[in-house]
Amino acid sequence: MNAKAHSPAAPAERTRPLYGVIAEYKDVDSLVAAARKVRDAGYTRWDTHTPFPIHGIEGAMGFGMTRLPWFVLCCGLTGLTVAVLLQWWTNAVDYPFLISGKPLFALPPAIPICFELTVLFSAFGTFFGMLGLNKLPMLHHPLFEHEAFKRVTDDRFFLAIESQDPKFGLESTKALLASTGVCADVVAVHGNGDKGVLPNWMKNFAIVMPILLLVPLAWIVTARHSTSPKTRLQVIPDMDQQLKFRNQTRNVFFADQRNERPRVEGTIPRGLLREDQHYYTGKTGPGESDWATKFPAALSLDEAFVARGRERFNITCAACHGQTGVGDGLVSQRATGKYPSWIPPISLHAENLLAQPVGQTFSSIRNGIRTMPSYAQQLTVEDTWAIVAYVKALQKSQAFPVEKLSPEERQKVQ
Amino acid sequence: MTSSAMGNASAIVIDQDIDPRRRKSLVEGDHDFTSITASIANVAERPKPPKAWYVAMAISLPLTLTLFGCIAYLVVKGVGIWGNRQPISWAWPIVNFVFWVGIAHAGTLISAILFLFRQKWRTSINRAAEAMTIFAVVCAGTFPAIHVGRIWMEWFLAPVPNHLEMWPQFRSPLLWDVFAVSTYATVSLLFWYMGMVPDLATFRDRATTKIKKIAYGIFALGWRGSSRQWHRYERAYLLLAALAMPLVLSVHSVVSFDFAVSILPGWHTTIFPPYFVAGAIFSGFAMVVTLMVPARALFGLKHVVTLRHLENMNKVIVATGTMVGYAYAMEFFIAWYSGSQYEQFAFINRALGPYWWAYWIMVSCNVIAPQFFWFKKIRTSPLLMVIVCIFVNIGMWFERFVITVSTLNRDFLPSAWGYFSPTLFDILTLCGSFGLFMTLFLLFCRYLPMVAISEVKSVMPQAHPHHHGDDAHGAGHHAH
Ligand code: HEC
Repeated sequence: MNAKAHSPAAPAERTRPLYGVIAEYKDVDSLVAAARKVRDAGYTRWDTHTPFPIHGIEGAMGFGMTRLPWFVLCCGLTGLTVAVLLQWWTNAVDYPFLISGKPLFALPPAIPICFELTVLFSAFGTFFGMLGLNKLPMLHHPLFEHEAFKRVTDDRFFLAIESQDPKFGLESTKALLASTGVCADVVAVHGNGDKGVLPNWMKNFAIVMPILLLVPLAWIVTARHSTSPKTRLQVIPDMDQQLKFRNQTRNVFFADQRNERPRVEGTIPRGLLREDQHYYTGKTGPGESDWATKFPAALSLDEAFVARGRERFNITCAACHGQTGVGDGLVSQRATGKYPSWIPPISLHAENLLAQPVGQTFSSIRNGIRTMPSYAQQLTVEDTWAIVAYVKALQKSQAFPVEKLSPEERQKVQ
Repeated sequence: MTSSAMGNASAIVIDQDIDPRRRKSLVEGDHDFTSITASIANVAERPKPPKAWYVAMAISLPLTLTLFGCIAYLVVKGVGIWGNRQPISWAWPIVNFVFWVGIAHAGTLISAILFLFRQKWRTSINRAAEAMTIFAVVCAGTFPAIHVGRIWMEWFLAPVPNHLEMWPQFRSPLLWDVFAVSTYATVSLLFWYMGMVPDLATFRDRATTKIKKIAYGIFALGWRGSSRQWHRYERAYLLLAALAMPLVLSVHSVVSFDFAVSILPGWHTTIFPPYFVAGAIFSGFAMVVTLMVPARALFGLKHVVTLRHLENMNKVIVATGTMVGYAYAMEFFIAWYSGSQYEQFAFINRALGPYWWAYWIMVSCNVIAPQFFWFKKIRTSPLLMVIVCIFVNIGMWFERFVITVSTLNRDFLPSAWGYFSPTLFDILTLCGSFGLFMTLFLLFCRYLPMVAISEVKSVMPQAHPHHHGDDAHGAGHHAH
């Protein structure tokens, strides 16, 4: 444009694009009057700048309500939805957890979180929505090149018309503004906006920094998915490290430097005398499959014994095998499908188990079998036998032919 | 669009009268925009803060360091360094937490609720009060955060997917509390910061050194006071205020649920939410007065924070103090009326049991002390009002102490009864939290706009456009 001819400023000024013209006012009234004039002249790309909001200037400038409240409403509703779904899905679906018999999900206890998240999301919407609509943060604006504009945050009022306005003409616009109650010369403003304000190193920094910040994160992720023979680094030891010798470690106190002490030749620890092979191992001979087919004679197989077995079974085994032994325990239900590697417990009514010698079932419980761990730590030997007795009873109960039932019993079952 | 624009145009006419009822002006003395900016910015611009600032810093900074030291020791040693023992397993940490959250409430109340009720007198105190909110929430949040002992387990509170495939338990008031307090902290911070953006721009434009220019510049976000920006900004401010108002009422209600939802005589009452909220406002206003009286004198802001402001706050203190007194009485009435011997015992134990002294300190500070504000002499004398307010602050700390400890100390099993004695670390941590609060406040006074400059300007008579009679002419052009 012909900015050159009118700008008395330094040569640098000429190379930069013309932003527009700016007029300065001393008080609110002159600004509002000027705004009306500019509005009436049909300008569209212009703005007033003031140290504080002036009520009613929207009308004088001719613009309407912002869309911000609608945006905030959407954010608030999103917050509400998120809160409901979060509480319902985590507490009632993904991790159902009974506490004091309360329902897994109900509205009254969900209200506080719903309320908080609605407010939180709305507040974020308000703040960031306001910034977004106002195109903030902005690194630079051509108006900041006008020295007097500094007082816009103090005590002066400005009106700026952009050169992009279809009605803009440097001379005519200047003249229009000069005819309002300005307190200083109307001047043209040149500037680039916020492109190229940041020095290059800052830009590079802004790119490199986030990438560097990803490194520790990536490191954590890889660490989560790999194993290492090294011991864990512990900032705070949480009583994991204590002044004691751990299993299978070196102990220089002894000549053989082994921490575990072997049993002294020819002795048996108190309470570990296990002479009755049948009772303690479920075997009757030294062979691999010399399983006992009968219960040890020392046990009295009465109703109380089986009842004890049933109690122990429901506590120790039912979690996996289910109370009927078909393998539908809670643990199994949850793990099936969730973990591909999960092997479901064998139904205790499988063909081969029905014929299994009691000694072998006993051994499965004491020593574990394939993927099932040993329960020797949880059960006394006697209780283990009681469970075996109960398992046998359970098997019988499921395989009992209907014809053999008395008529009354059949009625009951049906 | 046209109709709303017209509504705005007519607002010019209505809005002329800033103080329709003949009241004392909000800004005293002969001030214009220039001198308002100068006097407020001067606090941050003068080369050195007043001597008293250094003195206050010299006290509060070591206290802050003590707090950090106590926390470090706590992390290393565990919560055993405190006096929390069965049966009083909830002791000073929760007392301090509730105390500080309560203090925080005044800030939001002044900035949001008084804003919505168009109480223009709030403009010169809201910024400092909001800052106080943030700092008090920082102090409050410290206690629940550290009382878990193993602070690196804190993420258990957040609903994040984890290797245990466990989720937090949303049916517990303790989790509501986490959400309420963190939402409150976030929203207050946004509100405070957003309110400060235009004033930070003022500081940026007046900056004399490059560092200041860059620092204030970054936080001013490139604000240039455009009317279109102001329009959205004011909407946003109104919306945030509208959001903050129910929030502030909810936060202390949820805090009170921590107690009220548990089935213990002395805690399990429906009066708790409103009673906690009233108490929070009460203690918060007392704290604002305690801080603002010296601050306005120190930083030469007596013309902006006038006696009228202080007097108004004192009126709020009498009102809420009386409500709190009513709640104390009501608790006893309900205990008697309930016919439950446990409920009755809990309250008799509260007033006459081993903690009778705490109970009566609470009653004298919270119920009797504020009544002095019925006298105009007392509520308009800076010195006397500060004294009353300090008593209120003490009383409100004791209120939380009484609620927490006197309920727990004698539970259902007499053989398990106990008496709480704080350890050195309990005391140092509490003092340290005051240090942290003061330090943050002092830094704020020195480096940030302590009074909302643009808001104060907007309530000055010069800020309002006068009707020029050409509005009919203007209104015809809204289609543009
Ligand atoms: C943690 C889950 C779990 C528990 C608890 C559990 N089991 Fe098992 N059990 C299994 C699984 C899985 C198998 C199948 C093992 C395989 O085939 O690899 C199994 C297999 C068995 C078998 C068949 C062994 C065979 O010879 O094929 C028997 C019998 C048995 N369990 C009995 C018991 C008894 C009795 C208890 C209680 C003391 C018990 N289980 C507790 C998971 C469990």
